[in-house]
Amino acid sequence: MSLNRDFDALVDADNGVISRELFVDRDLYELELDRVFARSWLLVGHAGRIPAPDDFFVSRMGNDSVILTQSRQGEIMVFLNSCPHRGMRVCRFDQGNAALFTCPYHGWSFSTNRERVEVPGQLIGVPRSEEGYSGQLDRVRWGLKRCPNVVNYKGSIWANWDPDAPPLEDYLGDMRRYLDVALDGRDGSPGGSQLLGGVQKWRIRCNWKTVAENFAGDLYHEVSHQSANLAEIGLAKGKGRRDALPLRHAIGFPGLGHGGLAFPPTTEPPLNLSPDYGDAEINAYYAEIHGRKVQNLAGKAHVNLVVGTIFPNMSFHANQPRSLAIVHPISPTEVEMWRMYLVDRDTPARVQDMLRRYYLRYSGPGGMTEADDMENWTQVTLASQGAIGRRQPFNYQLGLGKEAPVDGLAGGVASGSYSEGNARIFYRRWKDLMAAPGPFEAEGDARHGG
Amino acid sequence: MAAEWDSAVRRLLLQAEAEAFLVAEADCLDGRDFEAWLAMLTDDVKIWMPIVRNAESGGPVAETTAENFDANWFDEGIETLRQRVKQLATGVHWAEQPPSRTTRMVSNVRLIDIISRDGAATADDPFGDIAALAVRCRFLTYRNRNEDEQDFFIGKRNDTLCRADGGWRLARREVFLDQSVLLAKNLSIFF
Repeated sequence: MSLNRDFDALVDADNGVISRELFVDRDLYELELDRVFARSWLLVGHAGRIPAPDDFFVSRMGNDSVILTQSRQGEIMVFLNSCPHRGMRVCRFDQGNAALFTCPYHGWSFSTNRERVEVPGQLIGVPRSEEGYSGQLDRVRWGLKRCPNVVNYKGSIWANWDPDAPPLEDYLGDMRRYLDVALDGRDGSPGGSQLLGGVQKWRIRCNWKTVAENFAGDLYHEVSHQSANLAEIGLAKGKGRRDALPLRHAIGFPGLGHGGLAFPPTTEPPLNLSPDYGDAEINAYYAEIHGRKVQNLAGKAHVNLVVGTIFPNMSFHANQPRSLAIVHPISPTEVEMWRMYLVDRDTPARVQDMLRRYYLRYSGPGGMTEADDMENWTQVTLASQGAIGRRQPFNYQLGLGKEAPVDGLAGGVASGSYSEGNARIFYRRWKDLMAAPGPFEAEGDARHGG
Repeated sequence: MAAEWDSAVRRLLLQAEAEAFLVAEADCLDGRDFEAWLAMLTDDVKIWMPIVRNAESGGPVAETTAENFDANWFDEGIETLRQRVKQLATGVHWAEQPPSRTTRMVSNVRLIDIISRDGAATADDPFGDIAALAVRCRFLTYRNRNEDEQDFFIGKRNDTLCRADGGWRLARREVFLDQSVLLAKNLSIFF
């Protein structure tokens, strides 16, 4: 796709002025799929969804359906969920167990089992192969398209279509340390989390960037959640919607696009933020966890984070509640939001039950906090479609010029607690990617054959 | 014959009682009388709504998420329901300010089970010998809000109505919404 747009005019991050076209324009949306999604590391799922050989979980990358699977040989793979013959979805279940995927349309079948095929995803069964193709059909060429880069990072599984993609660790930079807060155990043990069953999926009539930006470090929208604070939905009674936290800062990563509401690295002992839960067993559990955390982190630089976004469309809550979210683009003005919830491994049943209920009353479409976000996002989107409305740029000047490097954090900058610095970082990254041809555009654009 | 007749009549009466309760409850919610609705629930009420998956028929993955274990759409008791009512009363719960217009239709009401207890039907309480009714129904809840936003929530419900103080109270509700991807932006209404 060729599209000459003045991206500097659309995103004037230096002055904190960004065009509403980013949130409503169909051509920009189509270009984003090629230039942002086709070359970014995207969260596709979690190892907890595919714990056994042949387990699969159907996910999305941009606007493509993909199959995430653990092969019989234990390899984690991602395939485009579309038959190369006529495009039918070869897997139509959200989750399951199979090494063989058979297209319901013409019966082509594909295997991920290296005992049966040379290349995972290879075509293994073709009805009327001799009669119709003289047995000459190239079964590797016409196998399922496999994503070249897939990484399991502490249970979270990431994929990238770009053959020249940087390693995930480089892509994340030091934002990885903040992601660790969600994925590690509460006691600081590496990768000590696990996933609750069930993925919440819901549609919202807004642009995907509105959601990503909201979680990238917008403490300013606290006022949206006043009703949840007044209803005192938190775990400790009379404490608003969350346990008390010191004032966090917008910390972002210029060039990478990630950011969150976070705390800078410190070697001080971690704060014990656990309140009185009104339950001796639960209090004792959290006291023990904190003791282990103090030991595990003693003398080491450690960070903390409330909420963050990893560019482009993955957001996460690291503490309360604790979840991973993906905002899938559906159209310029519609998304499909996915939310999955994390707890520590070996969490006692009573603690897990308390957390699960808290997560559900806080987050997701039925959550008393998140429900109000959706009202904002949909109305922002509607108001940006008017002939006059879409020509009025958005103001992102909060905290402008306050960006300062963070000691001990490679590439990180903080810009105050109430700041749109992280949004400016996010949209600069978006602009950089949008201004450069996507990884598949040079191939004569496969949309037109070839 | 007389005993069979009495039993059949009694069953019809209980069916009518269950339907009247569900209709009155719907009226309460559609009329936004949330305090009155809370009074229709037992203190140990449980309302939960599993998430539905596209699962292979006869396959290894259940079509709905598990109660008390997985993430669901809802899993809550009276404390959380009271918090929700409190949130609605703040006037700054933007998902419901201005309030949604809702119409709850309840149909296909089936009396599945009559759970007895030690006690007798008396003049004061003709159903004093009954502990609870297990009732299954279909629901269609229409929501319209702002200008052009509308949602149809359609599904099945399993309700348990307890006999208490000469009336019925909702003690347990399972809500099966017929959507795997929720097509509404939020679930800021009661089910």
